Amino acid sequence: MAKTIQEINERIKNEKAVVFTAEEIIPYVEEKGYKKAAREVDVVTTGTFSPMCSSGAFLNFGHSAPRMKIQNAWLNDVPAYGGLAACDVYIGATQIPDEDPANKIYPGRFKYGGGYVIEELIDGKDITLKATSYGTDCYPRKELQTTINIKDLNQAYLVNPRNAYQNYNVAVNLSSRVIYTYLGVLQPGMGNANFSSAGQLSPLLNDPYYRTIGIGTRIFLGGSVGYVIWEGTQHNPTARRGKTGVPTEGAGTISVAGDMKNMSTRYVKGVSMLGYGVSLSMGIGIPIPIIDEEMISFVSIKDEDIYAPVIDYSSSYPKRENDILTELNYRDLRSGVATIREEKVPTASISSYPMAREIAQTLKNWIATGKFQLTEKVAPLPGVESGQTFKSLEIKTKR
Amino acid sequence: MQRTIARNIMLHYPKKLTEKPIISNLIKNYDLTMNISRARIDQDEEGTLVIEISGVKENIDAGLKYLTDIGITYKPVSKVIARDDERCTHCSACTVICPTGALLIEDRSTMFVNFIQDKCIACGLCIPACPYQAMEMYE
Repeated sequence: MAKTIQEINERIKNEKAVVFTAEEIIPYVEEKGYKKAAREVDVVTTGTFSPMCSSGAFLNFGHSAPRMKIQNAWLNDVPAYGGLAACDVYIGATQIPDEDPANKIYPGRFKYGGGYVIEELIDGKDITLKATSYGTDCYPRKELQTTINIKDLNQAYLVNPRNAYQNYNVAVNLSSRVIYTYLGVLQPGMGNANFSSAGQLSPLLNDPYYRTIGIGTRIFLGGSVGYVIWEGTQHNPTARRGKTGVPTEGAGTISVAGDMKNMSTRYVKGVSMLGYGVSLSMGIGIPIPIIDEEMISFVSIKDEDIYAPVIDYSSSYPKRENDILTELNYRDLRSGVATIREEKVPTASISSYPMAREIAQTLKNWIATGKFQLTEKVAPLPGVESGQTFKSLEIKTKR
Repeated sequence: MQRTIARNIMLHYPKKLTEKPIISNLIKNYDLTMNISRARIDQDEEGTLVIEISGVKENIDAGLKYLTDIGITYKPVSKVIARDDERCTHCSACTVICPTGALLIEDRSTMFVNFIQDKCIACGLCIPACPYQAMEMYE
């Protein structure tokens, strides 16, 4: 028995929709079976909260007098991209101040950067804006320095080109020295294994073939409402998949956008990875409409049935060899100890499971109380049938 | 005659040293007196010890050097680590960095990261390892 999104929205409007989180649905489906659960449940909500480096914000400051065509801009000394119209800039999450020593003092501390600027903007803090330009007849001003506040900006919205990765690597360190990675500090001799996925709560793992998530899907983004606007960069629908169709490595990704003026710093936080750099942690939740039995079977996926590849980040990963040491499921990863090459290795997560759960729960409440309606996708993300792969960069020069 | 002074320190024993008679060596070889205020040592695990060492300054310094030489880290207990619960997102990145199990997930059903002040030796390793700058050290 198939349901339409229109029918589901009608029930949401009347506050009669039956909504579960992707965690709560597991025992429910086990008890009721696919057929009954598909009939009774309208929406299953997902959530994830993790550093997502491909994130950033478009800001429009309005025009100064005299006018200026901003060429180079700095927000709290963090460079923002000004190669756009006069007073538009894009501030990227991983940008660091020009004078940051980075890894010259190893491992670099990376105390500030684009992710923090974005968090402080959302927090309503004043931000210093410095800008330079070459001056034109219509835009004579060559430099400015002032403070800005999100409430005075014409627009401030996130456009994140790659978020909510459908599955991810587990990082270990087989070398004999500590290494500092975007998956955290990795102790030598496989001292720890770090992973980063909400597993059974993660949005794209609950819709593995992108049947309902597509361009135009309305989502929870940073504590407010946002939209899926495109496939994400590196979107790879043809990644390896297990028996259930769920990818066993990084696969699909999404581009998302949303108004920062309504976001909350609880769900948008600047982060610093020791020896690696600065980023932005994003909270994202996506509702999955239960249109038929296939969708209920997808959303009832459990941590123990989702596998991730274990990769050595001291050698194999940086060399782009990506040899897989083994595969681990998220139940074992979340247990705190996993077995890799017959060794017991402590595990830690970079993404926050409690926050993922909170986001799925929040989105569930929004839907259950009629505050959040679902959208029909206006175009699909490239699927398996597209044949689209994740290509590599080949270096064509001798150096 | 030199004046006797006292210092409160917290020691962290790595696994390989938990069976060595370190305290008795400090007492016998450096003429120090010990007041153990907290001890947590297990044969299979690492150990932490909070002690008040009393003695003349040069003996205390020599005793502390002995600790460093055999691979024991120590911190004055006046340093305290605190967690900013507004910034902590309970990701768990710190749990594999903390050498004493002061940062750990006690309940795997909630996945909340607990910070157990009693087990903390204020080594400070968690401070740069926390992506959210949730850990801070106070004097």
